[in-house]
Amino acid sequence: MTGEITGVVLMFLLTVLLAYPLGKYISKVFQGEKTLTDFMNPLERFIYRICGINVKDTMTWKQFLRSMLTINMLWLLYAFFLLLFQDKLPLNPDGNPAQTPDLAFNTAISFLVNCDLQHYSGESGLTYFTQLFVITFLMFVSAATGISALIAVLNGLREKTTQNLGNFWVIFTKSITRILLPLSIVTAVLLAFNGTPTSFDGKDSIVTLQGDSVQVSRGPAAAMIAIKHVGTNGGGWFGVNSAHPLENPNYFTNMLEMFMQMIVPLALIFALGFYLKRRKLARVIFGVMTIGTLLLLIPTIVTEVSGNPAISRLGVSQVTGAMEGKEVRFGPAASAYWSIVTTVISTGSVNSMHDSSMAASGLMEMLGMMINAFYGGCGVGILNYLIYIIIAVFISGLMVGRTPEFMGHKVEAREVKIAALVTLLSAFLIKAFTALAAFMVVHHPQIGWAVQPANWLNNPSYHGFSEMLYEYTSANANNGSGFEGLGDNNIFWNVTTGFVLILARFLPIIAPVAIVGLMANKKFIPDSPGTLRTDSWTFGMMTLAVIIVVNALSYFPALALGPIAEYFSLK
Amino acid sequence: MSQRKRDIKLFDPTLLGTAIRQSFVKLNPRAMIKNPVMFTVEIGTAVMLAVVIYQLITGDLAEGQLWYNITIFAILFLTVLFANFAEALAEARGKAQAESLRRTREETPAKKLTTNGNSYKGEITIVASSALKMGELFVCETGDIIPIDGEIVEGIATIDESAITGESAPVIRESGGDKSSVTGGTKVLSDRIVVKVTTQPGESFLDKMIALVEGASRQKTPNEIALTILLAAFTLIFIIVCVTLKPFADYANTPITIAAFISLFVCLIPTTIGGLLSAIGIAGMDRALRANVIAKSGKAVETAGDIDVLLLDKTGTITIGNRKATNFYPAPGIDEKEFIGYTALSSLSDETPEGRSIIELANQKGVTSRPEAGMEFISFSAETRSSGVKTASGTDIRKGAFDAIRNMAVKAGYRVPAETESQVEKISSNGGTPLVVAVNNQIKGVIELQDIIKPGIQERFERLRKMGVKTVMVTGDNPLTAKYIAEKAGVDDFIAEAKPEDKMNYIRKEQASGKLVAMMGDGTNDAPALAQADVGVAMNSGTQAAKEAGNMVDLDNDPTKLIEIVEIGKQLLITRGTLTTFSIANDVAKYFAIVPALFIASIPALQALNIMGLASPQSAILSAVIFNAIIIPLLIPLALKGVAYKPIGASALLRRNLLIYGLGGIIVPFIGIKLIDMVLGVFM
Repeated sequence: MTGEITGVVLMFLLTVLLAYPLGKYISKVFQGEKTLTDFMNPLERFIYRICGINVKDTMTWKQFLRSMLTINMLWLLYAFFLLLFQDKLPLNPDGNPAQTPDLAFNTAISFLVNCDLQHYSGESGLTYFTQLFVITFLMFVSAATGISALIAVLNGLREKTTQNLGNFWVIFTKSITRILLPLSIVTAVLLAFNGTPTSFDGKDSIVTLQGDSVQVSRGPAAAMIAIKHVGTNGGGWFGVNSAHPLENPNYFTNMLEMFMQMIVPLALIFALGFYLKRRKLARVIFGVMTIGTLLLLIPTIVTEVSGNPAISRLGVSQVTGAMEGKEVRFGPAASAYWSIVTTVISTGSVNSMHDSSMAASGLMEMLGMMINAFYGGCGVGILNYLIYIIIAVFISGLMVGRTPEFMGHKVEAREVKIAALVTLLSAFLIKAFTALAAFMVVHHPQIGWAVQPANWLNNPSYHGFSEMLYEYTSANANNGSGFEGLGDNNIFWNVTTGFVLILARFLPIIAPVAIVGLMANKKFIPDSPGTLRTDSWTFGMMTLAVIIVVNALSYFPALALGPIAEYFSLK
Repeated sequence: MSQRKRDIKLFDPTLLGTAIRQSFVKLNPRAMIKNPVMFTVEIGTAVMLAVVIYQLITGDLAEGQLWYNITIFAILFLTVLFANFAEALAEARGKAQAESLRRTREETPAKKLTTNGNSYKGEITIVASSALKMGELFVCETGDIIPIDGEIVEGIATIDESAITGESAPVIRESGGDKSSVTGGTKVLSDRIVVKVTTQPGESFLDKMIALVEGASRQKTPNEIALTILLAAFTLIFIIVCVTLKPFADYANTPITIAAFISLFVCLIPTTIGGLLSAIGIAGMDRALRANVIAKSGKAVETAGDIDVLLLDKTGTITIGNRKATNFYPAPGIDEKEFIGYTALSSLSDETPEGRSIIELANQKGVTSRPEAGMEFISFSAETRSSGVKTASGTDIRKGAFDAIRNMAVKAGYRVPAETESQVEKISSNGGTPLVVAVNNQIKGVIELQDIIKPGIQERFERLRKMGVKTVMVTGDNPLTAKYIAEKAGVDDFIAEAKPEDKMNYIRKEQASGKLVAMMGDGTNDAPALAQADVGVAMNSGTQAAKEAGNMVDLDNDPTKLIEIVEIGKQLLITRGTLTTFSIANDVAKYFAIVPALFIASIPALQALNIMGLASPQSAILSAVIFNAIIIPLLIPLALKGVAYKPIGASALLRRNLLIYGLGGIIVPFIGIKLIDMVLGVFM
């Protein structure tokens, strides 16, 4: 067990250690300084030329958002139609069928918004063509969209007063060529060498030791699995995601995938410090996020390692911890670590089945997604954190007797309104839709749908409730992991989660960009001794308190009926 | 006017009556909707009333027992009343404060003057002060109460302003210049003045202030609006929580009564701050009024808390108005006692404060002089720039500015001692004023006059520095003197040889770099700067133009008042912030009381969440709702008095307030709810 824990600590420390220089590098990239990857220059110039992008164009926050949202809309249509007609397209050696319209709607949105809620299994639900040109493509552009929004926000905070948040097209292109692509190539090569398939051949057929003939799905998987983690996407090539032996063959690849899903979000925090020349602020943000993550992680590891009390009561020894739904090659500690990292960071890939996590772990996983600002997804994690900062700045500004200000700009009614709306949005989407689903299960279990609500849930009672709650929480957080055990490939779930996904993605991106756009237009107020320093640990703790209280107040009753009730019943 | 000076008690019985009456009047939904948080509570109360009526008619017990629903209804009703009461009490107090100021001037007989042409002689008719219109003239003579605010157009008078300022020393007001303004309610002690009415009846500053407090024209400040939005957002979150709880509970096979739903909702929404928010704002204005400052808007008080730069006039603010003699430096070869004797003699008839301070210092040094018969006093004139005395024996003692006395001496053929000259320079560079004394044109020595820095002013500036406020001294002195005094008093910056436009430029410069500037002024030439400053405090003794330009008027004419105003502004924000934090932190305990209570019947495992060990679901919910209601009146004193401001730096202040109101806000309700539950246990 000590070895397992050491592995987890090592993974974490290694990630932090390398995130720091990567952050410095990212900051240099967007400041236009000389970097190692300047060999990408010709490629970028080529892209700008054929796309007619003028590098010198500046954008206001409205123009920036318009560009970003327009191109995202085009990608959505593109993805939807390819998925709808994938059976007619090449590179389909296994002869997989087209997706139904509701599934294509859900899948296209899901990958566009960096969520990757998969209501299908990759082996049968997609073709190699759509895996590459829809899924892998969207994995790159969705991560780059998040990073671009963050850089726009940083541009607004960097200047004393400015209209210009930078050129979306340039930032977006550089996010891919300078960050996502290089990291993905390295990851893909390492994965391929460790046994992840990289082939265009169809299913392989083997005879097992028992003498059964088994069909094994393959494909150019390594490339996709690389960006799946680097871009905090999380959608698996195979149905069971990184619990699959070909998607995540051994402990080394487990560490690699773990490392790769954390590195960009962590590096972006440090990049913020370098880019804004406020390293202390970055350290405080990193510190608060780390404390938050540890608060979720430590109970989870302890719970999983100590095993299931119900089994213990049967007199069964559980020296290996709670192993239901876990891979023997990873063990409970590494699985617990993964399950928290993947939920605090909006990756949503899994190497164990969260449906089988202990109730307390399930609670922590859901909390990670509800908060969605401890590290968080590529770019968007910090943007979510910024919303909490705005609320914390406002309340603590009042508490020290000064009109609240952040980074030299007053936080007034308009900014508070936007931040409050976004905070409200999460609570609304998660709870309203879970309530709708619960309502259907209770009052219309036999309604004449293809999949009746009575058949949605694999488990009755609290756990069934958690399955529904988890699904919408995951959709709202753009996380994409599933509690599974939920019959979700049907019109109800495909359509409702689709709407949750798209609202929960773009409004929380629009909001911080708008807030910063508005603030950057205001007069700059230099710091004075009376200014509340937002890069102090006191303020950091205030932000943490706001995060905890807002989420506890929003979700406590729902959690009490799901994982908390289950936890106390098991005890 | 001892009545006004009496501090109004927090729960003055007469005010309580008004406030209680108003709490019911304010139940009108059209008034309630301005406060979204309390408005939703009112709706909840109405729903409970409907439930109770329905039960009374049908006898249906599906929604719980009748007594229980009636109790919940009553507590909710009280919650709304308590919130209204807080606001009404704050209003009543502010109004009482302002009314007592206003009372003095109402129905004072006024001697209205009807003039012919430009001479201020004409027919005088006695009318009521309320009948005076703007631009009309009235006369005040010895013993008259000035009926209304105005500006002296003719004459000079000593006036007792103690009714307004509490300061018993009479002040001089005269036509022209910056001291021409008189306030209604003050009393003319001597002489006769002709005054022009400057305000319409009912539109004086005081009237405006009363209107602000009464709520008729009280507009929410930007900060209040932002906070209301945040509170509305929290309210919406809890609407979502409560509405979705219905299907969740259905899923868990738990029936939840309407009473339980509404109780949960009312407990969760920030009723504490919602109920006290407007009271806090009114109390802020009231505190300003109590400090004898009339703010023209709530926003002005709030802005005062944000001030970065404070422009202060040297004289009267940093130094006590007058210079004082601090040292005698006899010229070489002159006996000190002899020299002091001359200076004392020359100052005997000198009624200026400087002159008196010389006598005082001479007495301290053991030299006393008596007036001699036939002494002729020569008063100061701009021409000679000296004053002095001629004794009967023909000795001519003069004291005055160095160059004036030097000219006299040189003209008479005397030499200027080098020591004296160097002494003069030394005194100047130390921020003092040298006064050279000559006897029969022969220089005998130098008196050092120094500005006396007000006692305790350094500490006040230190306090301001800790608040993050930069202090700037404005003075007509030369840069050398200004620098010396600035350093000694501990101000951060100074404007020397200041002309009115220098103030203006300084304010503009600071504002351009994003700072908020406050200043105090009284003269007409201060008006543009007062208007330009973010917080401009005009002295009540100042001209009408100055008062119009500023956004506050200080009745005491006390230049250090700005410091108090800044603290009042900060206190206002802090009170809002801490009570918001407290209110939201309270929800943690309320959740632990109500959520297990709701589900314990169907999910016994949730008993583990009942960490307070409350007796029964019913008493748990009742306890939470009762706590939620009574915390409002309990916090009224804090809301009205304001949370104490401590200038200990922003981060330290945040830590302190988080600890008290954040952590306290989490812990207090756990104890409170448990106690109430134990009390209820006796009855249930």
